[in-house]
Amino acid sequence: MIYRRFFGLPTWRFRSPFEELSQLRQQMDRLLEDARTPYPHPQAGVYPLINLTEDRNSYFIRAELPGVTAEDLDIQATGKNISITGERKIGSEEEGTKYHRKEREAGRFSRAIALPRDVDTGKIEAKLADGILTLVVAKAEAAKPKQITVQ
Amino acid sequence: MADTQSTELKVREKQEVSSPAEQTTPGLVFSPAVDIFETEKEITLLADMPGVKADDLTVDLRDNTLTLAGDIAPVDNPDEEEILLEYETGRYYRQFTIGELINQEGIDAKLNNGVLRLSLPKVEKATPRKIAVQAG
Repeated sequence: MIYRRFFGLPTWRFRSPFEELSQLRQQMDRLLEDARTPYPHPQAGVYPLINLTEDRNSYFIRAELPGVTAEDLDIQATGKNISITGERKIGSEEEGTKYHRKEREAGRFSRAIALPRDVDTGKIEAKLADGILTLVVAKAEAAKPKQITVQ
Repeated sequence: MADTQSTELKVREKQEVSSPAEQTTPGLVFSPAVDIFETEKEITLLADMPGVKADDLTVDLRDNTLTLAGDIAPVDNPDEEEILLEYETGRYYRQFTIGELINQEGIDAKLNNGVLRLSLPKVEKATPRKIAVQAG
């Protein structure tokens, strides 16, 4: 035991001082990153951002799409992939308008979402209300949890 | 306008703000993105407030301060479990100072597909009235 510890020590001691420095730097970087993003959510970086939830029978996909009408949306499902394509249009105003602020953006978007399990592509409901798109995607029978009775 | 419509939309984080007064109910507060423009007759404000219903939206103009506040109803399905959350939801709140005199009676607010359109008509400039002084 003593022998081992004695020989184990030098390797620990001679560790490069730069290694510790780079570790410190990494930790600092992480800290700064946390401070910059208000909430550390994974993001695909593709518009629109989505929230995905599930219950026993379905997946729920929600996306904030203010000002997008149902006609400008195209939703397709193949296997367990759902794609949301569309365009957000901002109509032009009458002549002679002077802008003070212009923060809202218009443009095309296209997003593909791969669901974790197989879904029943025949049973997908899409609803657009108050600028929020909600997709209710039924899970395939095989993907639903099965109750197992203990005998 | 036409040239901007063909561009690809980019993801933008919702702007979280600290509310002016402490809140009684917990939750996040976001600042809605707005467009503001004016013509000779009125000032128009467009604000993106997805998830806000007309009943939960308050528009208030007093002492040159315009306040927009919108509450959103949380999803009420206790069985839902989160798999991926990319955006947060919460109240919307934003204040503006309006320099022009606004005709309070003529204010019109419409909420359509999560976008608020607020028309603030300017007060017509008072025409100078000549007062005749009568000798007597």
